[in-house]
Amino acid sequence: MDWRCPKIRPRLLLVWRRNLLVWRRLIVPSLLLNFGEPVLYLLGLGLGLGRFVGEMAGMPYLTFLATGLLASSAMNTATFEGLFSVYTRMGPQRTYDGILATPVEVDDIIAGEMLWCATKGMLSSTAILVVAILAGAIHHWQAFLCIPLFLLIGLCFAGPAIVVASFSQSYDYFNYYITLVLTPMFLFGGVFYPVTTLPQAVQPLLSLIPLTHAIALVRPLSTGAEVKAVGYHLGVLAVVALIGFYLAVVLVRRRLIK
Amino acid sequence: MQTNPYIIEATDLRKAFNGECVVNGIELAIPYGGCFGLLGPNGAGKTTTLKMILGHSPVTSGRLTVLGMPIAGDISRIRQRIGVVPQTDNLDVDFTVKENLQVYASYFGISKQTIDERIARLLPFVELSEKADTRINQLSGGMQRRLSIARALINEPALLILDEPTTGLDPQVRHLIWSRLRELKHTGTTLLLTTHYMEEAQRLCDDLVIMDHGTILSRGSPHTLIKHHVEPDVIEIHGAVEQLPAASRLTGLDVRVERIGETVYYFTSTPAPLMQQLEDVSDIACLHRPANLEDVFLRLTGRELREG
Repeated sequence: MDWRCPKIRPRLLLVWRRNLLVWRRLIVPSLLLNFGEPVLYLLGLGLGLGRFVGEMAGMPYLTFLATGLLASSAMNTATFEGLFSVYTRMGPQRTYDGILATPVEVDDIIAGEMLWCATKGMLSSTAILVVAILAGAIHHWQAFLCIPLFLLIGLCFAGPAIVVASFSQSYDYFNYYITLVLTPMFLFGGVFYPVTTLPQAVQPLLSLIPLTHAIALVRPLSTGAEVKAVGYHLGVLAVVALIGFYLAVVLVRRRLIK
Repeated sequence: MQTNPYIIEATDLRKAFNGECVVNGIELAIPYGGCFGLLGPNGAGKTTTLKMILGHSPVTSGRLTVLGMPIAGDISRIRQRIGVVPQTDNLDVDFTVKENLQVYASYFGISKQTIDERIARLLPFVELSEKADTRINQLSGGMQRRLSIARALINEPALLILDEPTTGLDPQVRHLIWSRLRELKHTGTTLLLTTHYMEEAQRLCDDLVIMDHGTILSRGSPHTLIKHHVEPDVIEIHGAVEQLPAASRLTGLDVRVERIGETVYYFTSTPAPLMQQLEDVSDIACLHRPANLEDVFLRLTGRELREG
């Protein structure tokens, strides 16, 4: 195994640009998936369930849900891109085999892919932000400060997804990660209700879920409330992103450079 | 400028996977210019050798320099000057023909204007001008191969590596590709070719090695290898081979005999008296031909089947 520290070079942008060019052509179905699904959650649950719930954690339920979805959408979008698209380019489509005959190396490919996953995450969360503003769920200008944060959230979840893709032998392997990691995070990470309502016994475990840190930043920031422990939450997201990047590079090297 | 006369130089180069040696201490000094062939049956170590040259497979031991640079150094600088036509096409299926070339050129850091100039030259070179805006999955296998060649030339490489470039193509496309590769040779590009087609190697290669089991068995031009390893004439006989004269009656004739199933091969430097004797035998079909590289290849690597 090649454990050398990955290089981060401007070349990563070439890989990012390649993906942007492909995405430009698939922009409609792509946005429909990344943007349409959270909007359905927002309207379906927020308006329907919200009528019964009323307020949650001192804000209208629609607002509570919208601010959670802002964070989880960046997570989900970056994860799915890191799993399915990266795997497709690494395996069946042999895109990386072609790229590796050029000066671009595995380090650049993974750095570019992570940035791309994060970019898509940012785009889908920003789209939801716009809908949430139009729906009257969010009305604080600070909400726009979340946009760079979406990018960091995307980076945080892209790394682990690429790690999973790097040792998967088929698309079916992703079910383990989606069912055992991603969906629990989505349901227990504080999107639909405050994590403090969960039993006392599991509270220490919740801080291990990166999504809780993302929500701890996004929710107060987008509702104009005071954001607490900014450095701690940012630090967790950044550390997960860096560890994910490092492991993804090492594992993809193992897969492609034999 | 270059003090090293060799574009590729390998000394005691080895590659092992889990303790099993795939490339077993080869020595290879390939000069600039011309076409060099790497021939061998499946599992001979050809593709692994190419992978090491490209930095796609770390060297287990030995020394390897490519374009005067050690392979363990900055691989990006080496790849900047190499073009690769891979065994299996890996064109970017998300793009059109032209976009494939544009995006691929961007990986080399080539400026937009230069890219357009080169594409305008390369598409006619591989006869794909009409297909510039066609998606990859609409191209035939031969067109994809030609695009792979154009893509490999986008950085104007000093070294062009071709891993079985014409496998699975029809004769028209093969001849087109051969003629283009010859043109490249004349412009000074060094070609490094692996192939299973001895005819292809004989036509294109100025110099070649025959490998098997990770070692080099022989090296030379196709002409010298044939001269060195086999008799100049071959008579192939199909049909009622049991009627052929017994080997004892051929002893005076300097003939080497090989029988594979229902075919008998006579290798000889004096074909005339042999042909005379064979005229009397009925129910057989004789084919008298000059020895070729395939005879050398089979002589050196044996006739048993290889898996993979």
